[in-house]
Amino acid sequence: MSIILEAQNVVKRYAGHTALSGVSIQVPQGSIFGLLGPNGAGKTSLIRIINQITGPDEGQILLDGEKLQPKHIEVIGYLPEERGLYKKMKVGEQLLYLAQLKGMPKAEAVEKLKAWFIKFDIKGWWDKNVEDLSKGMQQKTQFIATIVHQPKLVILDEPFSGFDPINANLLKDEILALKENGTTIIFSTHRMESVEELCDNIALINKSKVVLSGEKKEVKNRFRDNTFNLEYSGALAPIEGVFEILNAKNVEGITKAKVRLLDGTSANQFLGQAIQQVDLKAFNENIPSFNEIFIKVVGEDANTIL
Amino acid sequence: MNKILLIIQREYITRVKKKSFWIASILVPFLIAAVYTIPVLLFVNADDSRNVIVLDDSKLFKGKLNSEGDYTYIYSEKTLAEAKKDLKKSNDDIVVHIEKDILTNSKGVQILGRKTVGIGTQHAIQGKIQNELRNIKLKNAGIDLKVLEDNKINVDAQTYTLNEDGGEKSSNSGGAMILGGIFGFLLYLSAFLYGSQVMNGVIEEKSNRIIEVVVSSVRPFQLMLGKIIGVGMVGLTQFLLWGVLTFTASTVTSSIMSGKIEEKVQAKVKAGLSKDEIKKFEASVKSENPLNSISDAIENVSLGKMIFCFILYYLGGYLLYSSLFAAIGSAVESPSEAQQFMFPVTIPIILSFILAQFILQKPDSPIAFWASIIPLTSPIDMMVRLPFGVPNWEIALSLTLLILGFIGTTWLAGKVYRVGILMYGKKPSWKEITKWVFYKG
Repeated sequence: MSIILEAQNVVKRYAGHTALSGVSIQVPQGSIFGLLGPNGAGKTSLIRIINQITGPDEGQILLDGEKLQPKHIEVIGYLPEERGLYKKMKVGEQLLYLAQLKGMPKAEAVEKLKAWFIKFDIKGWWDKNVEDLSKGMQQKTQFIATIVHQPKLVILDEPFSGFDPINANLLKDEILALKENGTTIIFSTHRMESVEELCDNIALINKSKVVLSGEKKEVKNRFRDNTFNLEYSGALAPIEGVFEILNAKNVEGITKAKVRLLDGTSANQFLGQAIQQVDLKAFNENIPSFNEIFIKVVGEDANTIL
Repeated sequence: MNKILLIIQREYITRVKKKSFWIASILVPFLIAAVYTIPVLLFVNADDSRNVIVLDDSKLFKGKLNSEGDYTYIYSEKTLAEAKKDLKKSNDDIVVHIEKDILTNSKGVQILGRKTVGIGTQHAIQGKIQNELRNIKLKNAGIDLKVLEDNKINVDAQTYTLNEDGGEKSSNSGGAMILGGIFGFLLYLSAFLYGSQVMNGVIEEKSNRIIEVVVSSVRPFQLMLGKIIGVGMVGLTQFLLWGVLTFTASTVTSSIMSGKIEEKVQAKVKAGLSKDEIKKFEASVKSENPLNSISDAIENVSLGKMIFCFILYYLGGYLLYSSLFAAIGSAVESPSEAQQFMFPVTIPIILSFILAQFILQKPDSPIAFWASIIPLTSPIDMMVRLPFGVPNWEIALSLTLLILGFIGTTWLAGKVYRVGILMYGKKPSWKEITKWVFYKG
């Protein structure tokens, strides 16, 4: 899979603090890439550098193997976290203006916009003033502005913030539809459930550094800790060198427990031992959620510094 | 470049489409036309002829207060009480009561009217009595009345400016002052009006949170420049509209006015007034109209040069100040936050306006020279000086410095702007804003 965007050792300093210190990421073509991290970690700084709003102090960004340059503005679509619209302008005029700023010829922009207006079933909005739109309507407008020029790379900074569940679902569907069409999507978020659902790859930035990155599955595998959840009736005793019980709770005769397998014991070996002791109802591996991974990595980081 | 054009277009069209733009564009010329038409019309139409009933207890003024202009002086032997009673029947009459001891008591005159006695009427009657009183006192001191008559000299000095070829032409320093004042005021107004429009535009983009979307498509400097140029063109359009509409309105009103004046002159001729008196009337009508002295001044300095310089100084001054206003707008999130930062920028504007008052008095003083050369004050102060005649080299020097000045402020503003527009949260301090200038990329 080819790499559409690569950041190489990007450093960005502001007076008094470093926003990015040697950040490197690789975004595969056609994937959904999650840029994770707590507030103030440097996600937005990196996104602004990719959008050429600011420049890096050191390092470089390659888009399709080329050093970032002004012409690349036209192939990127950006929905910032702080997003808005000109309140006094009409929806159609405004979208046309923003599309033209992205380098689209007027006639083509009108045509594409009309298609989007039909798709979102908002044909009557063209001459509406933005200030008369509801928040959800404005969000739709902003999304159209982000992708109307058919960018091959779409960057969404906290796209779901402020969305109601219906619009969030709509947005999710659109993101997946974009991916279907071969568009690469980078989105930054600290909502881990959307990472779980959408991302193929992630990079976790904390305190201006990439602390974790890779394919979603592979990252999860890295955080597997040989723990399993099981439900059973009866009494289970730990066996030295095979497994230990981390916690157990009895609810109406059924015990829910978390165990860790020791010294390379396989799941099958464990099950063989367990069924001799108890009546097993359920068994599954405890794969950490991104929420847990996030808290683990960011929390540890905070502890080491404290 | 193409993108700057798009930005300019948007900034220009959204502003020109606003109702407020057209209201201001149409209203101002009519106000200007009204300012010079109304005094003339009032003067021409004024039918203020009033009977002034003089009750002279001192017996000094009998036959001395001649009827003049709108005031007909009538001597009456009535008592004050009787006169007051009569006054109730007549609306326009005025009773003047002169006390016995008027020669020693300066407060010995009362003017009574049914309506409030206007200040003009008070002055006219007061002046008349004062004059007569002076004559009486001088006569009592033994000075011949004939000498007094001879002493009524009217000096009406004519001012001339020397041409470069040694010829002289009549100059009109009053007109030059008015013209200079108007230009200075227009530039003063435009610095504030359009400068703050730029600032509010920047604040709007920032507080609407549209800014980041836009600067992901264009460079912040392009956006700032596009906005400044767009609003500047709105300003030029407004001036053009004002110019054309004022010209149209004044052509219409002056034709109405000259018709009225003609009517009045005919009426005076019918009434059997002497030619001298009619001439005097025409002159006084003319003096009521400030436009006449201005047009005299314009003949002095060529109108083309005036307009040329006005456009250059408007653009220079506007670019200089609006870029600073744009920088302020980028640093804050609401117009109220901007107040604190506006102060240092408005100081030079206000200073140039204050200096303009001195320059009107002494257009060739060193203060006037330096104020019209230094870029921060030159846009306003050079325009004030211009109607008095300024050597071309001074204009060239001042314009060159102004161009360097606005390149400097635009560069500086661009540095602050590109950082400021993306800063949300707490209001920055001057120290932080200064740091922004040195940020890279």
